Amino acid sequence: MTTTTNRADAALPSLATVYRTRGSVELKEFFRQRESVVFTLAFPVILLVVFGAVLDYDIGGGVTFTQYFMAGIIAAGILGASLQNMAISIATERSDGTLKSLVGTPMPKSAYFVGKIVQVLAVTVLIVLILLAVGVLAYGIDLPSGSDWFTFLWVAALGSASCTLLGIAVSSLAKNGRSASAMVTPIALVLQFISGVFFQFSQVPVWMQTIASFFPLKWMAQGLRSVFLPDFLATEEPAGSWELGRVAIVLGLWCIAGLLLCVATFRWQDRAAS
Amino acid sequence: MIAGETQGTQAEGGDCLLVTSTSAVPAVRDWPQPGDPLDPAAAISVRGLVKRYGDFVAVDGLDLDIRRGEIFALLGPNGAGKTTTVEICEGYRKPDAGEVRVLGEDPSDGGRRWKAQLGIVLQSGAGDSQLTCRELLQAQASYYPNPRDADEVLALVGLTEKAKSRAKTLSGGQRRRLDVALGIVGRPTLLFLDEPTTGFDPEARRQFWSLIRTLRQLGTTMLLTTHYLDEAEALADRVGVIARGRLIEVAVPSALGGRETAPAVVSWSEDGARRSEATSTPTAFVRDLAGRFPGEVPDLAVARPTLEDVYLQMIGEPS
Repeated sequence: MTTTTNRADAALPSLATVYRTRGSVELKEFFRQRESVVFTLAFPVILLVVFGAVLDYDIGGGVTFTQYFMAGIIAAGILGASLQNMAISIATERSDGTLKSLVGTPMPKSAYFVGKIVQVLAVTVLIVLILLAVGVLAYGIDLPSGSDWFTFLWVAALGSASCTLLGIAVSSLAKNGRSASAMVTPIALVLQFISGVFFQFSQVPVWMQTIASFFPLKWMAQGLRSVFLPDFLATEEPAGSWELGRVAIVLGLWCIAGLLLCVATFRWQDRAAS
Repeated sequence: MIAGETQGTQAEGGDCLLVTSTSAVPAVRDWPQPGDPLDPAAAISVRGLVKRYGDFVAVDGLDLDIRRGEIFALLGPNGAGKTTTVEICEGYRKPDAGEVRVLGEDPSDGGRRWKAQLGIVLQSGAGDSQLTCRELLQAQASYYPNPRDADEVLALVGLTEKAKSRAKTLSGGQRRRLDVALGIVGRPTLLFLDEPTTGFDPEARRQFWSLIRTLRQLGTTMLLTTHYLDEAEALADRVGVIARGRLIEVAVPSALGGRETAPAVVSWSEDGARRSEATSTPTAFVRDLAGRFPGEVPDLAVARPTLEDVYLQMIGEPS
């Protein structure tokens, strides 16, 4: 403790330095919290194990439901790692004063979001890898091949981005982490039921299909089905094709809408305090 | 108590015997008047500050200068406007009227460089975390241009043994010391402390006080809010009493409310009874009294009004 004043000429830390700090903080915050690890990482794996064991029937052409479910549970896993994770963690950090405290420091505000993106990316990659490994090892899932990997990549990236932005926006509606969880968990569950995660989408009533088609999960699951299912099953889809162009457009639009909602609604302080 | 050492104007805060200071306290008002220009040399300069929440006027025309290097305590009951005033200075809230300069800048548009000179300990604390104390301090340090070493700060707040403990596992008092550590790790020139010792046991409060005195020696300006009178008296160079959104007086603690010149009460025992006399010339009175007794005056005590007496009178509570 030698100098007494803050040297005004000392350079502020670079963006890269602070981004690195925030990335590392967010990874520790996620992986050290048992609830978030179990809820976000273990739950989809358990569902895959249970559904794979119970619903092992042929959906046509020698394709098992587990193969179909693979696409859906990966989409649900991405939804959990992005939308649910962001909505709950940011609402918690807003209500307990973490956000307020951070914005009083010279941390560039962008660094907070960079940290969150690092967290979502890490968790998403991990959940996808675990689900693929369990699928292949326990249920003999056929892995995608060739250009399907490319489709996999962009559908996952666009789906994850749109749901992350939506999650950040939704966090502003909740009073705290618990109310965010109570709000977003049932919505996610209903969306999963009507978007072709737990059942074949063709078995969902048409009016529910219509509702589902307003939300990103349906399009993410559909895009991923094109990756995991043989092309002849595209005839089972509502349009009779995988509609990859429309998948890209809808998820892209949700990214834009999510971003606008974030900009319009994001608060660094509790509503009660401002 | 070593509070008086640096100022010479502070007095021991006892109930019974109070030795008054001899320093010259300016008779003029010690704080700015409405309409005065902002003081560019001050660490914090506030003029005509107004903040409303709906119909409730939280701050109602507040004028205040805080000098560089001083510890200034804002004292007042709950809801008096302390936190609102402090959070406006920190840039968290926008005033409805008035002017504010903190380290020469308007807090509403203070950038990263401005924030790098501040340390903020919020009333609500810094939030929960899965990180250890050291990790949290290292992360916080990385936002500042010229931070203190994380372990050095842990030692300063007495949390060295908790360096590897997760913040979540700390007790209330330890958690608050971590909040203070997070506030000072960026080496601030101006430190805001909003009710920093609420929930401390007496020993933790003493330790905290000595930490604040160490920081003062390092040249840190501090704005402290508290509703503990002893804390304001022990730490502050000047105390501002705030009630109903207005600053009703600013003074060195020993002179608050005219306490220094208020009539003293001399009490003693005589003929088996307790006697007392209020006088504005206690020295002469005691000299006189001493003449009436061959030796010691039995049970002699000279008391000034305590800070608490003065304070309660000021904020309009019956004492």
